[in-house]
Amino acid sequence: MSDIAIRVEDVSKRYRIGQREPYKALRDSLADVLSAPFRGLVSALNGRRAPAVEADVGPSHIWALKDVSFEVKRGEVVGIIGHNGSGKSTLLKILSRITGPTEGRVEIHGHVGSLLEVGTGFHPELTGRENVYLNGAVLGMRKVEIERKFDEIVAFAGVEKFIDTPVKYYSSGMYVRLAFAVAAHLEPEILLVDEVLAVGDAAFQQKCIGKMGAVATEGRTVFFVSHNLPSILSLCERAILFDSGKTTYHGPVREVVSRYVRSSMCGPMVNLTVADHHVAGDGSARITSVRIESASGEAAIRRAARLKITLWYRSEGPLRRPNFVVSIHDFDTRTAIFHLESVSAGLSGTLSSEGSVVCVTEPLNLIPGRCYLAVELYRGHIMADYIPSVSYFEVEPDDSDDRWSAVPRESAFCTLEHEWTVEGA
Amino acid sequence: MRVERSREDSAEVNAQAGSPPIVIRPSRGWVPLKLEELGEYRELLYFLVWRDIKVRYKQTVIGAAWAIVQPVFAMVVFSIFFGSLAKIPSDGMPYPIFAYCALLPWQLFAQALSASANSLVANERLITKVYFPRLVIPLAAVLTGLVDFAIAFLVLLGLMGYYRIFPGMAIVTLPLFLLLAVSTALGVGLWLSALSVQYRDVRYTIAFLTQLWLFATPVAYPASLVPGRWRAIFGLNPMVGVVEGFRWALLGTGQAPGSMLAVSATVVAVTLIGGLYYFRRMEKTFADVV
Repeated sequence: MSDIAIRVEDVSKRYRIGQREPYKALRDSLADVLSAPFRGLVSALNGRRAPAVEADVGPSHIWALKDVSFEVKRGEVVGIIGHNGSGKSTLLKILSRITGPTEGRVEIHGHVGSLLEVGTGFHPELTGRENVYLNGAVLGMRKVEIERKFDEIVAFAGVEKFIDTPVKYYSSGMYVRLAFAVAAHLEPEILLVDEVLAVGDAAFQQKCIGKMGAVATEGRTVFFVSHNLPSILSLCERAILFDSGKTTYHGPVREVVSRYVRSSMCGPMVNLTVADHHVAGDGSARITSVRIESASGEAAIRRAARLKITLWYRSEGPLRRPNFVVSIHDFDTRTAIFHLESVSAGLSGTLSSEGSVVCVTEPLNLIPGRCYLAVELYRGHIMADYIPSVSYFEVEPDDSDDRWSAVPRESAFCTLEHEWTVEGA
Repeated sequence: MRVERSREDSAEVNAQAGSPPIVIRPSRGWVPLKLEELGEYRELLYFLVWRDIKVRYKQTVIGAAWAIVQPVFAMVVFSIFFGSLAKIPSDGMPYPIFAYCALLPWQLFAQALSASANSLVANERLITKVYFPRLVIPLAAVLTGLVDFAIAFLVLLGLMGYYRIFPGMAIVTLPLFLLLAVSTALGVGLWLSALSVQYRDVRYTIAFLTQLWLFATPVAYPASLVPGRWRAIFGLNPMVGVVEGFRWALLGTGQAPGSMLAVSATVVAVTLIGGLYYFRRMEKTFADVV
């Protein structure tokens, strides 16, 4: 039994709706106290009993987690997948002891380090060097440990020249890189991570994922919550699927991801929120929604279909010299298969501050399998928005033409229309 | 029942194998203080104090001199209005040093009180993102005030030299009064900080509270001005013992504070222990409410 790292038994967490409001004024509480006897009186007069104080499931309570149980073995790397509000973050908060469960029991064997946010405790007035020490201490590192790893951390972040400059003068990229670098050098037996990989530019993200992969191979237990399915797939062996506060499936990562993708593929239209997907860019213009469908209007996207991709955007003013970039990626290998961009295709000029653009492709000729899009928006040469993975879709075989159905995705992504002739016979 | 039993057994096996597992359960009502956990997090405490000190005077022109400016100006104003104009007695001491000697612990107390009372709300980001014993935060806020105190203390030494006042053996008791001042600030600060997480009203009461408290403390006037029969009630304010103690230990005025100090110390002990338990009880809700 000693190979268990985390054991969660029937854990539930109830929030009072309104409890998460910023604060409560004392007079409200006083008013509650004063009106309580009268409320009792009123209900007594009406012949009803006063409501119980510990109402189990009243309209004023929600269960963020309900009867969640699972076990994580030592050295396992487990991904947590689920839609917004499914209870993933609440679970992490309970595991990292930030908040307590309402019911149930959690047992953790080993030293825990949790990364719920990059740069917790960073102070803008302090220099990079000072913040490394402060942040390290906040994350639970010993001073000697920080001293030992200091050079490594600074080199990883690539901010050697600015280490004695207050971080308020850092670019947001430098800030985030330094913050991640400290976190990446944390060496607990059990690491809890929430979405923090979604920082920096694509190259730095790759570096972060590499570092996380290295952590995972060192035999440490990693508990990883993310929206970014490709990175979950590349890091984790097992995953747990959350839906409305319950664990709906726990198993090998591929199966869990498939289930999740199937459940989120039901609609071709995806509305984006800043919190989930916008990873880089200056934010002066944002992609707000993405829709992907077959140009013929057919429900399924088939091998030879022409794709119709609609991007809705919003910008701070008129959108000058925009360039919309869409790349189609293979789901399993995360390889980019096609690259589409509006400037090269001849879309130019200035667009109004809010609207949508449509891209229709030639027949895809994709080998059946699963794909997703990455979307970028540029103003001139400045990146305004970047969404690394969105709109998961399945390419299905053609009904009429099954010539290529036998080719697996592993051997090729796409085919070409082509002819064969016999020469010189 | 049987299942529960076997779980407990396995936990015991584990505990023997290595470090004991961390068990997280819902907690209700009053819980043990677990002060030993503070020891584990002493480095964090150190870094939080260090951060507050570093940040406090960044981007100011005169920097740490602010620690001197405040009590010195208060001394000048008090000397003019209470000493020269109102002719308030000063136990036979020059009024400036009489006032400064009391302003020193007073400023420490007032600063530590408001810093600790606001500390949880100010460190909201830490509380909602990382685990550590929450007690570290108000404690760090109180300790930060000691640095300003040390700087302002140098001015007092200068003043004593100027007025040719040399402390007697009583000065060895000074740390005791300092401890009393810090404990009072922490005790009240714990109550207020835990309350302010839930009720932001607290923030507005602090300035007001310290102002009233200043008048109830013999900073501008000697305690001997208070009629004998009111002394016991007066002593309920622990800062009375602190201020009188400072004057006695440094300037040799009045007499060794005896019974009044005992009353003060009891009040502080009750406030502090009560504050610790209340803080621990409310601690689990901080991250959800703040």
